[in-house]
Amino acid sequence: MQNVDSKSHVRGESIYLDDIPLLQGTFFACVFDSPVAHGKLKNIDISEAEKANGVVKIITAKDLIGENQIGGILPDEPLLADEEVHFCGMPIALVLAETESEAHAAAKLIKAEIEPLEIITDAREAQAKNELIAPPKRFKLGDSETAFAHCEHIFEGRADVNGQEHLYIETQGAYSVPTEHGGLKIYSSTQGPTAVQRAVSRVTAIPMNLIEVDVTRLGGGFGGKEDQANAWAVLCAVGTQLTKKPVKYALHRMEDMRMTGKRHPYSADYKIGLDKHLKIVAYEAVFYQNAGAACDLSLPVLERTLFHCTNSYFIPNVSATAYSCKTNLPPNTAFRGFGGPQGMFVIESAIAHAAEKLGISRDKIQRKNLLRDGDEFPYGQIAESDAVTSWTQADEKYDFAKLKNEADEFNAQNKFIKKGVALMPVCFGISFTKTPMNQARSLVHVYTDGSVAVSTGAVEMGQGVNTKIAQVAARVFSLPIERIKVHTTNTLRIANTSPTAASAAADLNGKATEMACEAILNRLKEIAKDLLKDGAFRVQTSVCPDREARREHAEARTLNTKDEISFENGFVFYNGEPTTLDWLLLVNEAFMQRVNLSEHAHYATPGIGFDWSIAKGKPFSYHVYGTAIVGVTVDCLRGIYTVDYVKCCHDFGSSMNTSVDYGQIEGGIVQGLGWMTMEEVFYDSDGRLRSNALSTYKIPDIYSVPKEIEILPLETERNNLAIFNSKAVGEPPLMYGIGAYFAIREAVKAFNNEQFVKFDAPFTPEKVLMNLY
Amino acid sequence: MFLCGSKFTMIRFILNNQTIETDLPKGVTVLDFARYHKNLKGTKIGCREGDCGACTILVGELSGENITYRTQTSCLMPIANANGKHIVTIEGINKADGELTPVQSALVEESGTQCGFCTVGFVMSLTNFCIDETPKTNEMAVSAIDGNICRCTGYKSIERAALKLCDKPEPTTAAGGLNFAIEKEIVPAYFAEIKSKLENLKPKISNPQSQIPNPKFLAGGTDLYVQRPEEMVFADAENLFDNSDLRFITETEDSVEIGASVVVTDLLESEIFQKLFPNLYKHLKLVSSTPIRNMATLAGNFVNASPIGDMTAWFLALDAEIELSEPSAVADGLTPNTRNIALKDFYLGYKQLAKQEEEFITKIRFRKDFTHFNFEKVCKRTFLDIASVNTAISLKSEPPAVAGGLNVIAKAHVSAGGVSPIPLYLRKTSEFLRGKEINETTISEANEILQTEISPISDVRGSESYKRLLARQLFTAHFIELFKGEK
Repeated sequence: MQNVDSKSHVRGESIYLDDIPLLQGTFFACVFDSPVAHGKLKNIDISEAEKANGVVKIITAKDLIGENQIGGILPDEPLLADEEVHFCGMPIALVLAETESEAHAAAKLIKAEIEPLEIITDAREAQAKNELIAPPKRFKLGDSETAFAHCEHIFEGRADVNGQEHLYIETQGAYSVPTEHGGLKIYSSTQGPTAVQRAVSRVTAIPMNLIEVDVTRLGGGFGGKEDQANAWAVLCAVGTQLTKKPVKYALHRMEDMRMTGKRHPYSADYKIGLDKHLKIVAYEAVFYQNAGAACDLSLPVLERTLFHCTNSYFIPNVSATAYSCKTNLPPNTAFRGFGGPQGMFVIESAIAHAAEKLGISRDKIQRKNLLRDGDEFPYGQIAESDAVTSWTQADEKYDFAKLKNEADEFNAQNKFIKKGVALMPVCFGISFTKTPMNQARSLVHVYTDGSVAVSTGAVEMGQGVNTKIAQVAARVFSLPIERIKVHTTNTLRIANTSPTAASAAADLNGKATEMACEAILNRLKEIAKDLLKDGAFRVQTSVCPDREARREHAEARTLNTKDEISFENGFVFYNGEPTTLDWLLLVNEAFMQRVNLSEHAHYATPGIGFDWSIAKGKPFSYHVYGTAIVGVTVDCLRGIYTVDYVKCCHDFGSSMNTSVDYGQIEGGIVQGLGWMTMEEVFYDSDGRLRSNALSTYKIPDIYSVPKEIEILPLETERNNLAIFNSKAVGEPPLMYGIGAYFAIREAVKAFNNEQFVKFDAPFTPEKVLMNLY
Repeated sequence: MFLCGSKFTMIRFILNNQTIETDLPKGVTVLDFARYHKNLKGTKIGCREGDCGACTILVGELSGENITYRTQTSCLMPIANANGKHIVTIEGINKADGELTPVQSALVEESGTQCGFCTVGFVMSLTNFCIDETPKTNEMAVSAIDGNICRCTGYKSIERAALKLCDKPEPTTAAGGLNFAIEKEIVPAYFAEIKSKLENLKPKISNPQSQIPNPKFLAGGTDLYVQRPEEMVFADAENLFDNSDLRFITETEDSVEIGASVVVTDLLESEIFQKLFPNLYKHLKLVSSTPIRNMATLAGNFVNASPIGDMTAWFLALDAEIELSEPSAVADGLTPNTRNIALKDFYLGYKQLAKQEEEFITKIRFRKDFTHFNFEKVCKRTFLDIASVNTAISLKSEPPAVAGGLNVIAKAHVSAGGVSPIPLYLRKTSEFLRGKEINETTISEANEILQTEISPISDVRGSESYKRLLARQLFTAHFIELFKGEK
């Protein structure tokens, strides 16, 4: 089933932030941001800007009524720079003007006097100078120190992996409108409406119950609008608070790229020890995360790096340490995978290192060490593992040996064109690792025309969560999906939401919706029972020609047809027998009997928890497994490459929507291999972003995607805690893209095996060519 | 905007099914005009530099008996360049009954839309594919969306939708194409009326209400609107894009002459070019994207003087000559003063041209006496990207003087971009090659000379050492490409 928004998308009728009709008198905002990465802010000269055409007001830190603070986890991020600037792009002042172009023109006239301070852009340098966001985090399993003493092979090295710009095609933005009693209504392109509401409340000192945040949909998020949508919404809110007028700010692309954080770059040292059977006995890693100038979400990102530092492998002795290093870059933030991909890149590098030194194929080590049922993760959770099954099912379908032989034969015959093949298993935990965030609510109304309105805390950003939630309601009520409308995400309808993140939105909000619908349905069943007692709505066999067909349908359904009352296609069934009582009659009878046709349900993921004092627990509701094989061709004359195929076996559980889920796999793979290949975030030593536009920062186009993507659903009988057994799919496939890095590496080595290639992603054409010659 | 309402400037065009007459500053982009003046919000803003395709529109122009449609990125297109044309946004494609066109259906069926923000751009590009003269092959269907960026889908679903459209019967001519498209409801029926409406439009554009005297000239806008978007709105530039005197490609026995406002797509479609350059499509595919190739003029590429201009490198390697004119003379009805200059002498330093402010390029000329031509370009992303290094070469090879010898280079012109402050004609390398046999020693010695001519710097497109290595590799690649069959 297609995304419920597809028709309005292709007709250009879907509404995004910049499409909202504006109220008369709306002012337009533009930020003046720091041109310097670190310094003392001595003076802000707004005199010229104030005189510019159309300028209404210029706001600086001193004008704020509440607290000048938007840091969600640590209070280390002022909304507007006050005494110091900490990164290029840090907002210093906000211009409000009558038109957008006037606001932009005036912002250019502001001058800031900044006394430069030392600029740090490198994570290791920051760590050496003790510039840390928080004390380091550690995971430990077994005793790696002792274990190394018994290892046959030990390899040590360093791996670096760069950041990634989200490049949602819709830039950040917000629109704030004054409401009665000093309140605000804020339209925001955010993954976290409650985060926006909290941040606005903090900076404006307006209580949360006067702040309504509304989100229709995002033109892409990928984590970039989880926390980083806050600043723009708060700036608009402050503008409204101080002028009593609506204020809009939709960022230009270069403003967005310059002022917002990205996926965290990491540098890491690893040490891996194997026994003579290629079992990984011990693993140590030290991660240096480049957090940027403020915490943002860096600490939970750092934690997930640790959670996934052994990927799909069981290693009995692990010691992992992670530093969140403070630098003078925009605060880095959530991005699909949330630190997990970086952790996986490092263990995969360590394995590649070992394999290359031992002169064996990487996958020999990978295969040997895959997690099995009952194995313990370094954080204490016990695996219910499909690492081996996904590997073997992929191998049966795609024949790894054959694909690798084909590449070898091709390489033997071609001098300047080389092929590379790499395997990439993935194991990714589902749930927010901060346990309290694993809760959600859903508000369901059934109206007297039989139609159904659903509101949840989930934000639609292309991932199809609204479609899945509509499917949940449709399935529980046995109604066609057209009768269900999932409405905007709104803090007045659904309060205290978790952001739409961690791949968990469909699970959490879908479960809450299921509960709400079930509650209404149970009330309706009671009414139906009463109505059917007198036999008024019973169906005589003779008057229902398609009775058998209906009965078959009813029996095939997942809902328990043994129930006295059940529903099918808008009709009520009594002990499995069709009746003439339909949904509309029943709903109206319920209304006449003053029965509640609405429900607000609350879901909290059961059975999870984590104790940071011992760094052990069961943080994840379940894991998603998969194995991909990636093939590439490198043009060794020019140093450029194409991805021939990505073939994977993926653990969907049991997909409730294959259109949506396959789309997430394909999109995730391409985003992941973009990160590993052409996407190069480039800051100069002054902390200025040089890859600051689409002309200098390249994401995959239609020609750079794999010629072939094959997806094989893992066959599994296991149950899980996902909605309708349909596992979360947002983040895990991104990490298949890591295979592209190692496939290119194989091809480069096939041309030039003389030098040891540094583990340094992305593998840009530049790095390819420099390693070929 | 106190000048609004001035009766002197009036731009007329058809926007979807509505005739527009506007006295807005002629530099306002079609994107802003559609979204903020006409409330047509289906066209999205992604980057405002022609690099994402979210704002792709169709532009229909009378050409002889027909009306020809091409895609353009509306973010880089001033309304001045819409004058007398049919501008089509998604609202002009949508069916009134709310149903979907075949292009829209294909995208829905294949789940080719996720967040939806880029989707309309894809719909427009694929709609144009269905109504233009391109062969309806899988390759060309994908090529039609080479300027559209999507961050959600990974493109495979969009590709499947595009390939679905190729199953449709192939239209024969552009006019037939349009009728066919109307019949198949790819575009609404009102498209049939557009031709006569355009003929009656009698566009006129007169004294612009300008406040900013620079730049003097504007063609396709693909550089100026990226570099100076705010200024361009109020700029008093003479529009050269639609000057029909500047849009021709002709040949004589020994040379080819091209009007300065010819766009890259015109070259692709030119039989003269197809004949002269057997790998024309393969090479020009490396140059930006379909909508940008529809807008970017040769002269614009030359005067922008970007050290990595693709077409500049191309024509430097043809040792082209350009003709410069003074517009004041034209306005006075006098025979314009013209002068010719070799393109390789046009560049004096970084963004410095051997050109007076009031001069503009009118023609480009090159000799056909080459036997081999090759173009190489490497960037981070192979397509729709700016080169780290690009290079072109033209050679005239002659049979060996003695039997059993190797072919000899009679003439050679080599260029390289991204390796110097200016688009570089490699004088010494070119000179060295003349009279040499085509063999490995020649290539390797020429490469040494090439290295002395270039002076790349480290920047976002690569380090100095990378660009040096890349220049060496690509120079070698020329010979491998051109003589791979021969040994």
